[in-house]
Amino acid sequence: MNCRSEVLEVSVEGRQVEEALLAVLHTVLLHRSTGKFHYKKEGTYSIGTVGTQDVDCDFIDFTYVRVSSEELDRALRKVVGEFKDALRNSGGDGLGQMSLEFYQKKKSRWPFSDECIPWEVWTVKVHVVALATEQERQICREKVGEKLCEKVINIVEVMNRHEYLPKMPTQSEVDNVFDTGLRDVQPYLYKISFQITDALGTSVTTTMRRLIKDTLAL
Amino acid sequence: METDLNSQDRKDLDKFIKFFALKTVQVIVQARLGEKICTRSSSSPTGSDWFNLAIKDIPEVTHEAKKALAGQLPAVGRSMCVEISLKTSEGDSMELEIWCLEMNEKCDKEIKVSYTVYNRLSLLLKSLLAITRVTPAYRLSRKQGHEYVILYRIYFGEVQLTGLGEGFQTVRVGTVGTPVGTITLSCAYRINLAFMSTRQFERTPPIMGIIIDHFVDRPYPSSSPMHPCNYRTAGEDTGVTYPSVEDSQEVCTTSFSTSPPSQCVFTVTKAHFQTPTPVVTDTLRVPMAGLAFSHQLSSSRLSYQPAALGVGSADLAYPVVFAAGLNATHPHQLMVPGKEGGVPLAPNQPVHGAQADQERLATCTPSDGTHCAATPSSSEDTETVSNSSEGRASPHDVLETIFVRKVGAFVNKPINQKPAFSKDDILPMDLGTFYREFQNPPQLSSLSIDIGAQSMAEDLDSLPEKLAVHEKNVREFDAFVETLQ
Repeated sequence: MNCRSEVLEVSVEGRQVEEALLAVLHTVLLHRSTGKFHYKKEGTYSIGTVGTQDVDCDFIDFTYVRVSSEELDRALRKVVGEFKDALRNSGGDGLGQMSLEFYQKKKSRWPFSDECIPWEVWTVKVHVVALATEQERQICREKVGEKLCEKVINIVEVMNRHEYLPKMPTQSEVDNVFDTGLRDVQPYLYKISFQITDALGTSVTTTMRRLIKDTLAL
Repeated sequence: METDLNSQDRKDLDKFIKFFALKTVQVIVQARLGEKICTRSSSSPTGSDWFNLAIKDIPEVTHEAKKALAGQLPAVGRSMCVEISLKTSEGDSMELEIWCLEMNEKCDKEIKVSYTVYNRLSLLLKSLLAITRVTPAYRLSRKQGHEYVILYRIYFGEVQLTGLGEGFQTVRVGTVGTPVGTITLSCAYRINLAFMSTRQFERTPPIMGIIIDHFVDRPYPSSSPMHPCNYRTAGEDTGVTYPSVEDSQEVCTTSFSTSPPSQCVFTVTKAHFQTPTPVVTDTLRVPMAGLAFSHQLSSSRLSYQPAALGVGSADLAYPVVFAAGLNATHPHQLMVPGKEGGVPLAPNQPVHGAQADQERLATCTPSDGTHCAATPSSSEDTETVSNSSEGRASPHDVLETIFVRKVGAFVNKPINQKPAFSKDDILPMDLGTFYREFQNPPQLSSLSIDIGAQSMAEDLDSLPEKLAVHEKNVREFDAFVETLQ
């Protein structure tokens, strides 16, 4: 099965990184979350209700809609915060990317571990810019807001192509498809990773590893 | 082109399309009311949330949507449109967006109605929630108030885009294929205003230049795109039945409970269902402009008659405005989300002979792929509710009431309606809303001259007596003071 991959790029000021990433991640997860499944006898199930709420950004002229789930929001804020700290501490060009990967688990027999098969990956490339004046910052607020509007439209366009989605699982397999650990909603199984890159788009860690390898090879 | 759908699938599909249309209107209008929307997730199915999404129903909006649909469903050549426009304090208006729910002839014969179509419609509604926040009109609607308001109008039939000006842009929200055609949801929006941005609407004066350049005075004959509220189809007044969808089977017993204006509790009960936990919906703290003014377009020449509704303040006029089934003697007999004076509507009778709908399913069978979501029984009886047997206020009365608000609404006040960094995560209202609501408190009675003078004279007379009492108890007072040290 081919994994669908979508890449979005944003150029933001340092203080806008978190909100821009949360806007994108939440918009994707809004479309990739359902209500909680409640299985009944005879293999039937019912689905809970997903609530939504508007979130106004403080540093961007933008409002996005997220799923009403504090647990989900906390999880995203945690990883986005880590990314922002890593970006700040890297001392590099202010380039990084975060990936939101949806996957399915495939049970394997012993001694092999379960396989995680991604079916959709969203990558957000972040470029942090430094601005000198308040006027520039004000313009940046509006521009980034407009850009995020475009990103939301892009995301919605992809979502409504109705391409591959995992089949609805039986009760025994639901944990292979959905994250059933949240109390109020049920997103598809996902994981988020990030890396700080240099100007060539190469991960800083990869570059260091390559340098050391090359040095040892001499 | 239709395929050989079995009757149950056909019936389900019609129901899905109907409620999808109604929810679409709700999402769009609520996104233009000017406030943040928040609904709660529920891990257990409530049985009343169509498409497994918590989208509350503003009764007036549902009523207007049903009136526009008049029992029909979107079909080829028959689109449901929601027009969003802006109206200034000077009375000029301008169309901002047209949201279109259309159907084309491209059929997907293989698609499963009860599962795939339903889930895709749910996804499309989520996309609509996202897209309604990114078109230019959203930022404008969040800043509406004294200088301008945002209006909506629903119509059914041919899409009318001429009012959007030249160079309007279109964004497609999404499509869902069905066995009878492909449903398409899109938005055409004006871009001229986008360049002016909301900043120009934040400054109090002047806006005359903007009005001259961009707003068009609309005459109000029936041929105008903007119609007054009597945009019914012929025959509606005679109580036309709805041939396509049998509403009588879809209404379930619904009861409202009165509650403080800040919260409204809905309890949807069903004959075959365990009564779900009442869901407290967050109130929309809204200036109501988006709802109230949709009928105002033809009302600017009407006279002012606040006494007809017995309301004392311009603010309270809003909730009164909006019920089609309003009785003039009961101005608060209307459930209005958010505004002071909003009180849940207590229908005279519950649904007239309505039967709770059969809950269609929890019959999802994952193993064979014929999944289906639990479609809720219809929670609508808003049409019944609005057709209160107490009778209707005439549109004229309703429109006149709007004029009350208009007089007070557009006084230019240098108020920052949106304090910086104000958040309403904790409190149900933000600082700006609090300030707006309490900026004109009534004068304290003790500050009025007569009462003040009277009480002072009385105080002076009783002074010797009071002094005597205090002298008598001086030791007690001293002991009390010592305990404080």
